[in-house]
Amino acid sequence: MDLFTDWTLRVVALGSGLLGAVSGMLGSFAVLRRQSLLGDAVSHAALPGIALAFLITGTKATVPILLGAAATGWIGTVVVRLIVRRSRVPYDAALGLVLSVFFGLGLVLLTIIQKRPDAAQAGLETFLFGQAAALLRSDVVVMAIVAGGVAVILLVLWKEMKLLAFDRSFGESMGLSMGRIDSLMTVLLVLTIVLGLQMVGVVLMSAMIVAPGAAARQWSKGLGSMVILASLFGIVAGVSGAVLSSVVRGLPTGPTIVLVLSAIVGLSLLFAPQRGLVWRRVHLGRLRRRPRQEPVLMHLLALSLQHPEDPDHGHDLSVLRTMSPADVNVAMALEALAERGLAQRDSSGRWAPSELGRRDAQKTLSREGRL
Amino acid sequence: MNPELEILLIAVVTAVACALVGVFLVLRRLALVSDAIAHAILPGIVVAFFLTGSLTSPLLVVAAAVTGVLSVALIEALHRTRLVAEDAATGLVFPAFFSLGVIMVSRWAGNVHLDTDSVLLGELAFAPFDRWIVAGKDLGPSALWMMSGILVLNLVLILVAAKELKLATLDPALATLLGFSPVLLHYLLMTAVSITAVGAFNAAGSILVVALMIAPPAAAFLLVERVAPMIWLSAVLAVLGAIGGYGLARWLDVSIAGSMAVMSGIIFAASFLLAPERGLLSQARRRASQKLEFSVRMLAVHLLHHEGTEREKEECGLDSLSRHLGWSDGVLRQAVGHTVHKALAFVESGVLHLTEEGRLFAEDLSVGVD
Amino acid sequence: MTQAQIPAVEVEDLTVAYTGQPVLWDLDLAVPAGSRTAIVGPNGAGKSTLVKAVMGLVDPVAGAVRIFGRPGGEAGGTIAYVPQRATLEWDFPTDVLDVVTMGTYGRLGWFRRPGPAERAAAEEALEQVEMSAFAERPISQLSGGQQQRILLARALAQKAEIYMLDEPFQGVDAPTERSIVRVLDDLAALGKTVVVVHHDLQTVVEYFNHVVLLNVRIIGAGPVETTFSEENLRLTFGGRLGVLASRAAQEF
Repeated sequence: MDLFTDWTLRVVALGSGLLGAVSGMLGSFAVLRRQSLLGDAVSHAALPGIALAFLITGTKATVPILLGAAATGWIGTVVVRLIVRRSRVPYDAALGLVLSVFFGLGLVLLTIIQKRPDAAQAGLETFLFGQAAALLRSDVVVMAIVAGGVAVILLVLWKEMKLLAFDRSFGESMGLSMGRIDSLMTVLLVLTIVLGLQMVGVVLMSAMIVAPGAAARQWSKGLGSMVILASLFGIVAGVSGAVLSSVVRGLPTGPTIVLVLSAIVGLSLLFAPQRGLVWRRVHLGRLRRRPRQEPVLMHLLALSLQHPEDPDHGHDLSVLRTMSPADVNVAMALEALAERGLAQRDSSGRWAPSELGRRDAQKTLSREGRL
Repeated sequence: MNPELEILLIAVVTAVACALVGVFLVLRRLALVSDAIAHAILPGIVVAFFLTGSLTSPLLVVAAAVTGVLSVALIEALHRTRLVAEDAATGLVFPAFFSLGVIMVSRWAGNVHLDTDSVLLGELAFAPFDRWIVAGKDLGPSALWMMSGILVLNLVLILVAAKELKLATLDPALATLLGFSPVLLHYLLMTAVSITAVGAFNAAGSILVVALMIAPPAAAFLLVERVAPMIWLSAVLAVLGAIGGYGLARWLDVSIAGSMAVMSGIIFAASFLLAPERGLLSQARRRASQKLEFSVRMLAVHLLHHEGTEREKEECGLDSLSRHLGWSDGVLRQAVGHTVHKALAFVESGVLHLTEEGRLFAEDLSVGVD
Repeated sequence: MTQAQIPAVEVEDLTVAYTGQPVLWDLDLAVPAGSRTAIVGPNGAGKSTLVKAVMGLVDPVAGAVRIFGRPGGEAGGTIAYVPQRATLEWDFPTDVLDVVTMGTYGRLGWFRRPGPAERAAAEEALEQVEMSAFAERPISQLSGGQQQRILLARALAQKAEIYMLDEPFQGVDAPTERSIVRVLDDLAALGKTVVVVHHDLQTVVEYFNHVVLLNVRIIGAGPVETTFSEENLRLTFGGRLGVLASRAAQEF
């Protein structure tokens, strides 16, 4: 099987790539707004809607099913908000309640459907784990429209969305209605989750929302690059998950995508520059070695500047000790500096910076804007 | 025992065991840890299942406990790096564990009875088929024995450590000072949650376990104020939910686990709406009566405030009051009527004045506020 | 009536309550235009709530807010807000200049994106708080004082007439405190109005010319020389007023 010749695989890969892209974009905002687990509640709350839509229309047609799913998914978010606002039940418990009770209701409805004679119901349970292989071209078209729509909305309302995520009340104070943006964002998130259900299923959809954003956060300095990178991660995971599961027997698509995403997250947490754990460890190690010497070199320079006529004028170790915090081993720092050719000791054991050391220290000073 | 009674018993025992540990999850804002653990233990269960070939072996419990605690430790380690927020850490770890479990099932478990649907959904109706037989003697369904054992464990945990858990929940620093490690207690609780989740797997599946753990304690949280009654009330509500859910399932001929979750949800909704102090209805009733009382108090303070000032006519005139307080005419009329009726104020040439009693009332309010 | 006689911020019969419990009781208050006003009071006195009510971020139970004589809701561009630093999420992927540019968003309105003019305004605001060198620094790498200064710069970029600052001196270093005071001086010189929630009683006299003593009700409001008296402070803080206040009061 091959991505370029196999028709089914191409549809599946395209579909999961698009899903990855759009959930990466919206998931970035969910992660930043501490709403990572809202997606979990929405995806579970969508199940009764799927069943209800089938009970009412009697068909498995994509559009009514998705509308039903979106409706109860959205109701789920409303109920969470109602519980939190009107009782002392905390947010996480409200999420757990909605998630499990709505899902239970969905399950009850599904068992009712199972008893009906029209056997067309078989596909409904695929929403639990998703069934990417059953994806149709029309599904991919719907997904492409949603992904494009989300991208356009993000572009048009970029600064409003950023404000909502960073400082909602400041936006409000400037007279921009953040409530409306919030509702729009929730609707988009619900739509995306509902679309993803048929591919990766109820349980794993939340990972599609959280993982790309969490990984992208480690690499990016700006919100724009985070959103773009998150959707790239989503695409990579979606496509490679689809391909892997078609090549290797017994690798279901949804879980494979999630494992690829998890690997991306793990690599990001370890190796991202500035933030990654490995980077931090290496950098910390360097810091721990360096500043012990650098401030001492600065002090040497400061002392030598007091004797412009005699730059090699030496100073006692005790003088340098009083200039440094107690936890700095000044003697060792001086030895290390001497080893690097930055400091020198005269015959009476007094210390002065070398020519090289003076230049080095002055460079540091001008870099830090202190001279 | 007939199978129906056995199913009902398993349902009740499972629900109570879940609710007992759930109390502390709700109080410690760890509700979603139940969701995470219930999913994350899947790989542990799969491995143990391959080794023993049984879904009710004690090894399963051990494996699940280890995997569950491992996942919680991983979530906390991720959170401690400060690279991801706690909710994101949860949302990253459990799907990864669960995916791993699902892949193990679909790759290696093709010909044994462990399919992924039953993992998610559970099927209580089949539980009586798996019997515990010792020396040819049928002792009843294994699931009932296993769940009862877990229930006893949870009871012991609560009886022995309720005080410590409560303290570690409310004031971790003090708990440390007094010598019980909140970390140890935390992992003890997490172990209990993992063991309970694996036990409830058969009966409820990994998603509905969350309803059994969270809904009864959340409902009890709105009904009582203290921890001890909350524990026992949660257990009672769990029993009601299990029996009601079972009844509903029999009546409609639908999934038992699903209707138990629905029934737990209904119990929570009832408590959310009707709880005597904290319910939505009593909140609304209280707000209506408070509103009038509040506006009377505000009116009195307002009158006191402007008494004898040059703007008194304007500030306290019957025609202009509503503008100054920003109230609708209806609210104002009601408040003025009430104030005059209680002889706190009187009207003189279109201006509202405090009576002596009204002045004392308003002064008292102004001082009382701090 | 000339512009100067209309108060910059006027609060009338304002009552704010959370869950039935009044946090602000029937406040009447006028902040003179061009003043430097401190809001002082104990914890839980409703200082931040007053600022939020003026900004329209909380709905009052009763009463009204007017900005330069016009209803608070229409004030949009004339009033800028500096929230408490701790209420923000600082591990957010953005840089200093971007945050300061957010101050121009209100002026831009819906959909329009910031351009060179907005960027210039943000750079100028950064210059004012002496943070130009940090324009491209990720905000997660700022010290508390630097965070406070860019929030101030963001408000400056709003080019407002009134500036409402909620505890800007809370936990900042000395250079930041000096920098903020300098900005307040500059604003005063331009005739802007500044309202600051302030907790350090010792610096009230030095930094402000107008003071509001608040403890759920207004205890006193007016020029610092007459209003910031030991008697008023005692009424405001009750028994909780310690050494700090008596020392502050001795200055009179």
